[in-house]
Amino acid sequence: MTGYDEERIALVLRLLPPAPPGWVQAAQELPLARAAIESIVARAEADAAFRARLVADLEGALEEAGCEATPSVLASLRVRLGAG
Amino acid sequence: MATRTDAELVSRCRAGDTDAWNELVERFSRYVYAISVQAFRLSQNDAEDVFQDVFARVYEHLDRLRDDEAVRPWIAQLTRRLCIDRLRESRREGPADAEEIETAEVDETFGKLDQALTVRAGLDAVGEPCRDILDRFFCRDESYKAIGDALGLPSGTIASRISRCLTKLRAELEGRS
Repeated sequence: MTGYDEERIALVLRLLPPAPPGWVQAAQELPLARAAIESIVARAEADAAFRARLVADLEGALEEAGCEATPSVLASLRVRLGAG
Repeated sequence: MATRTDAELVSRCRAGDTDAWNELVERFSRYVYAISVQAFRLSQNDAEDVFQDVFARVYEHLDRLRDDEAVRPWIAQLTRRLCIDRLRESRREGPADAEEIETAEVDETFGKLDQALTVRAGLDAVGEPCRDILDRFFCRDESYKAIGDALGLPSGTIASRISRCLTKLRAELEGRS
């Protein structure tokens, strides 16, 4: 951007409102969920039936396995399982 | 406090520093959100899915990034691709190819958001209290009274503080260009 007049700066600043705090917090908690994610991935690698259940119904299979299906955990598992 | 560069942040994240991860999410959360809802006009539900998907991929694949300075364009590209995938899924009834979704308008919005992120980096460099005051007024749309109450400042002084902070931010940005 050239010509940094205050009016333009103000206009540009308005383009980046904060993301909903819950989304940000969920993404920030990914490292905390890592142990649970690793354990689910390991189980899926060792147990084809469990993997099939995960792929068919990720949320249901996680609930069955006693793991909280937060949006960030779901997104991370989709990446790890190659479903996303 | 000096702000860490994108490359420093990426390097710390790779080393398992959770504070750095928090900062990285904080730094790019607005950008990812804005791309989803402003450039691609996703619904809040779809935007949330894309948001979580982007950061899950960043977290999982950070070690694949060859140039740590390139985290911003990488995140932009990832968000763009996932938004297009999401739009394709929601338009399954009819054909929706990339050309249909990738309009000039999207590119223009990307350009503006890149500028906004640069200004935001300037805001980080200016530091407090200007960062908080300008963020509350321009990004969170808070009134002078709300800002005054939150920061323990007389609301009658907020307008002049905003003006002074904008001047400071302008000087910071001009020093960078």
